[in-house]
Amino acid sequence: MSRYSAWQIVKQGLTGNKSWEPAWRDASPKSSYDVIIIGGGGHGLATAYYLAKNHGITNVAVIEKGWIGGGNAGRNTTIVRSNYFMEGNTEFYEHSLKLWENLSQELNYNVMFSQRGHLNLFFTPGQRDAMIRKYNIMRLNGIDGELLDRDQLMSKVPHLNYSQEARLPILGALYQGRAGTARHDAVNWGYARAASNLGVDIIQNCEVTGFISNGGQLVGVETSRGEIRAEKVGMAVAGSTSLLAHKAGLGRLPIESHKLQAFVSEPIKPFLDSVVVYGVGHGHFYISQSDKGGMVFGGNLDGYNSYAQKGNLPLYTDVASCAMNMMPALGRVKLLRQWAGIMDMSMDGSPFITKTDINGLYLNAGWCYGGFKATPASGWCFAHTIAHDAPHDVNKLLTLDRYKTGHMLDESGHGPYPKSH
Amino acid sequence: MLRLDCPVCGLRDHDEFTYLEDGSITYPKLTNENQDDWFDAVYLRENPRGRHVEKWHHTFGCRTVLLVERDTLTHVIGKIKPAHPKIAAALKQPATAKKRS
Amino acid sequence: MTGSRFASGGLIDRKKPITFQYDGMRVQGFAGDTIASALMASGHQIVGRSFKYHRPRGINSAGPEESGALFTVGDNANRTPNVKGTIAEIHDGLIVRSQNAFPNVRYDVGAVNGLIAPFLTAGFYYKTFVGPFSGTRFWMMFEYFIRKAAGLGVASRDADPATYDIAHHHCDILVVGAGPSGLWTAVQLAEAGQSVMLVEQDFACGGQLLSRNNARDAAFIAEMQSRLTRAGGRIMVRTTAFGLYDGLVTGLVERVTDHLSAPHESLPREIFHIVRPQQIVLASGALERGLAFGNNDRPGVMLAHAVARYAGRFGVSAGQSCIMATSHDGTYDDALQLAEAGMQICVLDARPCHTDAQEAAKRVGLDILFETVPVQVAGGRGVAGLEVGMCDSDGVVHSDNRMIGADVVGMSGGYSPVVNLLSHRGVKPVWDADIQAFRTGPTTEAIQVVGSADGFYDNEACLASADVAVSHILRPRRRDAETDIFRGWQTPAMPLFEINIQGRSLKSFIDPQHDVTTADIRQAHSEGFVSVEHMKRYTTLGMATDQGRMGNILGLATMAEARNMPIAESGITTFRPPFTPVSIGVLAGRSSGADWWPTRRTPMHDTHLSAGAAMMDAGYWKRAWYYPQNGETMDDAYIREAAIVRQTVGMVDVSTLGKIAIQGPDATEFLNQIYINAFAKLPVGKARYGIMLRDDGHVMDDGTTWRLSDDEYFMTTTTAQAGPVMLFLEELLQTRMTNLEVHVSSVSDYWAGIAVAGPLARQVLTGALPALDWSNDAFPFMGVQSAELNLGGAVIPFRAARISFSGERAWEIYVPADFGNVVWAHLAEHVALAGGSPYGMEALGTLRIEKGHVTGAELDGRVTLEDAGFARMASKTKPYIGSVLRKRPGLMDEARPSLVGIFPKDRSKQFGTGAILCEPGAVSGFGKGWITAVTHSPAFGHWIGLGFVSGGYDAWHDKTVMIADPVRGVTIEGEIVSPHMFDPEGGRQNG
Repeated sequence: MSRYSAWQIVKQGLTGNKSWEPAWRDASPKSSYDVIIIGGGGHGLATAYYLAKNHGITNVAVIEKGWIGGGNAGRNTTIVRSNYFMEGNTEFYEHSLKLWENLSQELNYNVMFSQRGHLNLFFTPGQRDAMIRKYNIMRLNGIDGELLDRDQLMSKVPHLNYSQEARLPILGALYQGRAGTARHDAVNWGYARAASNLGVDIIQNCEVTGFISNGGQLVGVETSRGEIRAEKVGMAVAGSTSLLAHKAGLGRLPIESHKLQAFVSEPIKPFLDSVVVYGVGHGHFYISQSDKGGMVFGGNLDGYNSYAQKGNLPLYTDVASCAMNMMPALGRVKLLRQWAGIMDMSMDGSPFITKTDINGLYLNAGWCYGGFKATPASGWCFAHTIAHDAPHDVNKLLTLDRYKTGHMLDESGHGPYPKSH
Repeated sequence: MLRLDCPVCGLRDHDEFTYLEDGSITYPKLTNENQDDWFDAVYLRENPRGRHVEKWHHTFGCRTVLLVERDTLTHVIGKIKPAHPKIAAALKQPATAKKRS
Repeated sequence: MTGSRFASGGLIDRKKPITFQYDGMRVQGFAGDTIASALMASGHQIVGRSFKYHRPRGINSAGPEESGALFTVGDNANRTPNVKGTIAEIHDGLIVRSQNAFPNVRYDVGAVNGLIAPFLTAGFYYKTFVGPFSGTRFWMMFEYFIRKAAGLGVASRDADPATYDIAHHHCDILVVGAGPSGLWTAVQLAEAGQSVMLVEQDFACGGQLLSRNNARDAAFIAEMQSRLTRAGGRIMVRTTAFGLYDGLVTGLVERVTDHLSAPHESLPREIFHIVRPQQIVLASGALERGLAFGNNDRPGVMLAHAVARYAGRFGVSAGQSCIMATSHDGTYDDALQLAEAGMQICVLDARPCHTDAQEAAKRVGLDILFETVPVQVAGGRGVAGLEVGMCDSDGVVHSDNRMIGADVVGMSGGYSPVVNLLSHRGVKPVWDADIQAFRTGPTTEAIQVVGSADGFYDNEACLASADVAVSHILRPRRRDAETDIFRGWQTPAMPLFEINIQGRSLKSFIDPQHDVTTADIRQAHSEGFVSVEHMKRYTTLGMATDQGRMGNILGLATMAEARNMPIAESGITTFRPPFTPVSIGVLAGRSSGADWWPTRRTPMHDTHLSAGAAMMDAGYWKRAWYYPQNGETMDDAYIREAAIVRQTVGMVDVSTLGKIAIQGPDATEFLNQIYINAFAKLPVGKARYGIMLRDDGHVMDDGTTWRLSDDEYFMTTTTAQAGPVMLFLEELLQTRMTNLEVHVSSVSDYWAGIAVAGPLARQVLTGALPALDWSNDAFPFMGVQSAELNLGGAVIPFRAARISFSGERAWEIYVPADFGNVVWAHLAEHVALAGGSPYGMEALGTLRIEKGHVTGAELDGRVTLEDAGFARMASKTKPYIGSVLRKRPGLMDEARPSLVGIFPKDRSKQFGTGAILCEPGAVSGFGKGWITAVTHSPAFGHWIGLGFVSGGYDAWHDKTVMIADPVRGVTIEGEIVSPHMFDPEGGRQNG
């Protein structure tokens, strides 16, 4: 396939844009592969790409029950950051951020990662101090992060609600400058195209209906398009992990499926440069502005187990009031679209990239609502884990048995209540 | 909005309630010292797509813990009853006036 | 095209002229005009610019489907961007600006983008701007300019001064849409005794009937409205049902003041109505769709029915001479109406002449060209003429370069029922070939669809479909036989979406706002973005502010054709709420500003304020932080207050602590099960400090529980955990511990709490509350007593326990909340006489840090009993919540950080909370621990802290620790001490 470049665009433009090739091959399943990745979201596609690129394993199929990038990979609020403080998370998300920084060049696809900075607001001294602990850990691990007082914050984002009459006046923010946003669809398509270029088969409209084992060893999957054999099978189906895990015989997992709503406004001229986030008490809010001009925002989970990709009204009010509290100029900006995704909520808010008790079956799950930013490192680590049958140092703590041994990665301290993370 | 028919208070919006957790979890007896049994109850979930029995607490109402049958895909609500068997039994008795508002 | 006002006609009030500003020009309209109709009547043609190429945009519809006539309305903080001019009414003094153009929409420098349009096709930005060097700088440089060019209107950066409200409703039937079907359904149901709400997004009822402006329709609308009102129904205009949710709950937004020039100040701008109906009737109508042909985005090209609606409803002629291009019978009524109004009309009908409607129009002399379709619009800034072509029965078009003069082109490719609201419920639309449109699929919910929303386009058929719905609702058991009401028009529509001519490259727009053309769809197809969802995302079709109303079906049809499959198979994208864009402000209602959260005040709140206290937020609570005197800083104040407590006596408001009454024969057993320590032997009249764990073995909360009688306890919790602990106890009693006879009730708000602490506390209490003997023998540490205070004739009951958070000789006194203020004042007098003072949260923090007492800063949900130094308190003989899982190996690991005190090595140095504790020479990675609390200790005269460090005091007591705080830019040496820094033997509290 030809490389994308400005020259290509000019050439195609002059000839009527008639000879563009498919971005990726829409493959039909072969009878067998070295590795099958179930799930054509960002994580699955990235895994296939890194299997081919880093480990030379190119006889790989990504099988997707619908269209690639149709799950959470295409429904998120596109924030990329690495402000984590628990050993196991910190190095993983920073590894991801580093991959993001050169992802467009690596994939020859503009994923529009824009390092416009991420501001985490605080309203009380206690909140500030807890956040400083996190950012100190980041700094000691070579990750950027700084404290902004109210005046510094004001010069960065002048139109937040700085009124002393606010219910909780803003005291300041912690800032990660290398964080930002990316274009979610581009990430999916970019990985798909790059993986396809390396020989990976991307198979859409192919639903896994069962798993084939031979004496305790997984040897393939049954799908709506027939049986497909493979030596190794990786699952990257956040949102539906439990359903497939039951089919695979993994049994019950420490995961609940919960619904998270997202919102976008009509496009307006540049209004907000950075990503702004806060969480205080029951209030939780994050917002950024897309390149198209829409304000992209969201808040808490709806709070009850759900597989329904649709929202409910109490969260509208919750999220809108958080928006108005922080940025009261948004009152007359209009909500254009609301949607919902199904999150794999794990019991400590942190993910799993790991081997399983079933030989040949690997699990990538439990992303809660942090999966988008993790996409590159998740694929990178999952590919390593599958290729070597052992985790990389970067994901060695993201195991499924960590609750059994008491090694939780609980960034929020909420305990084993998935709806709270 | 989910609409839950609280056996004590009547049909209410779900934001009056607090969602607790999967109602099918059986916690071990306190005297059970087996870590695996506790791990099972505290950490592992069936997480079905479809029928789910779950515990809701009527926080801004009668503060009863209810067992609610709900479909996690369609959100259709089925049977609702108090989790405490004695409260459930008491509400079933015809003499008990059911207040609706 | 130059629009003008007909001499008469329309539903406007010509006696009420209205003047408003448009881009600084004075424009005149009449009451009943929208911005769009008034601008059209005044001859304004280019009113917008497209998103990408900045091509001129005119008014292209007369309703919420508008994608061209978007304006910024209002000034300064009242500025609202992206207002649809086809919906917004005018009023005197209204300020309207065009947007997304510089210097204005008529002459826009951004139009140069059109020159490089061939390079800006679908997805071009994914393929370039990556840059020759690593990192994101190259892209961000381009992005800066892309962002500036993108966006439509400019939002104000000032706080929105408007107020918004939320209202709640219950009704039997909610009818959405007040066209003929909606009105007729609502009237019948209301007259049958149902409580009915009828909502209409327009400012007038009538729907399509408003376009005709004839006396019979007007009479019907008036009669329906008056009958509905008489029957107790409620009609709400300017009210959009924007989303349908679980349990049939429906969200409406009512626009209350935007159409008024001087609204009363008490009125909210908009109201968010949340309706809980028993049943819903969707009479949401159908929207006309256009056709794809060359330059079909030029100002002057609009939906065919819109041309008629401007004439009939607003008395506005869109131009002199109008071509109506169509593929179905529905356009003939419009054409005849316009011809009658005096416009020069030529109908292009893609079909041969074979239908009754065609024959009838021919008979009255309408100029009709059969088997003729539009090919390409001539003219740049408007319509100068239309090239037409012949269409054979296979839909193949041949152009003979025939040009027809016209200044308006009305186009109609059919109507699409508004299926959006049911789509929100997950009901997939299904393709109906007879009407060439998607209709809603079957639903199991109590929702009926009537009229054109279900594909009934004939007026009689609409009313008949309403009758069927009414019958279903009123007589649910009787299933009427399938009715034979016909959908669509008498003759099925011809499928016509895009006009293509072999060898010609036409610029045919399907999303005029986002500049998406049929060529973009074909490019998406050749690049593999063939799923309709991929197509939508790759081309941005359907993501503009019209939410795909103008072009979605054309795009789907183009893709289906490219894929060589029927539309029914290629599918449709999912509609998402809201139906039309909704202000973020109205969704928040009144929950903004100072009212964003509830505010909880203790009974003594005002007393603290009048004492000059600085207040702090603790969850919903406001608490006294410190009481500055004579201009003290916070540090001066808290150090003084803490020192006074250690020297004489102080008092602090502890009303925010959670308080739970635990009663019943099994109360003791219950406490035994939830606390790690034993309560079985706690005598009446004594309190005990208890710790409870979560199921996973981490510390959940701590507090004291007082035994008031054999079967009654008074539990206190931390302020932050009051709610969660109460909920957890209730859950346990109703689920896992149902054999216990215990009742718990929250009494947090019933008691005001005051702690009196310091060496002179006994003296103060003996004077102030003489009913009790406060001596060490009569009232030992952890003792509990109740008595009364006779104050100025009032007999005030109180309960007291000898508990100390400060480490001083101290009591907590609880009085009924209503007496909090007087008792506080009474005690404050005695405290002052003893040389003491009130103290706030900051001093309380100092005192507890000196003592090594933990709070939420330490008990952060990740801490075990061992970590916090409580392990020895845990009973070894009884099980309790969390007792099993707390023994997991990772939680019993000896290397886990545990609670310690921290001093700076150089006692003059300050350090901060959140600093990381590291080994010297290894200030990196995750360190060995962290600091949870820091204060300047008056007892020690220097900064001290609490924190956790791996191995605890034993491992570190003779070593130097680095206190690393790179975020604050401070790293100093420290030493680890016991967390019980001050009076570790407890002599002061016990004495």
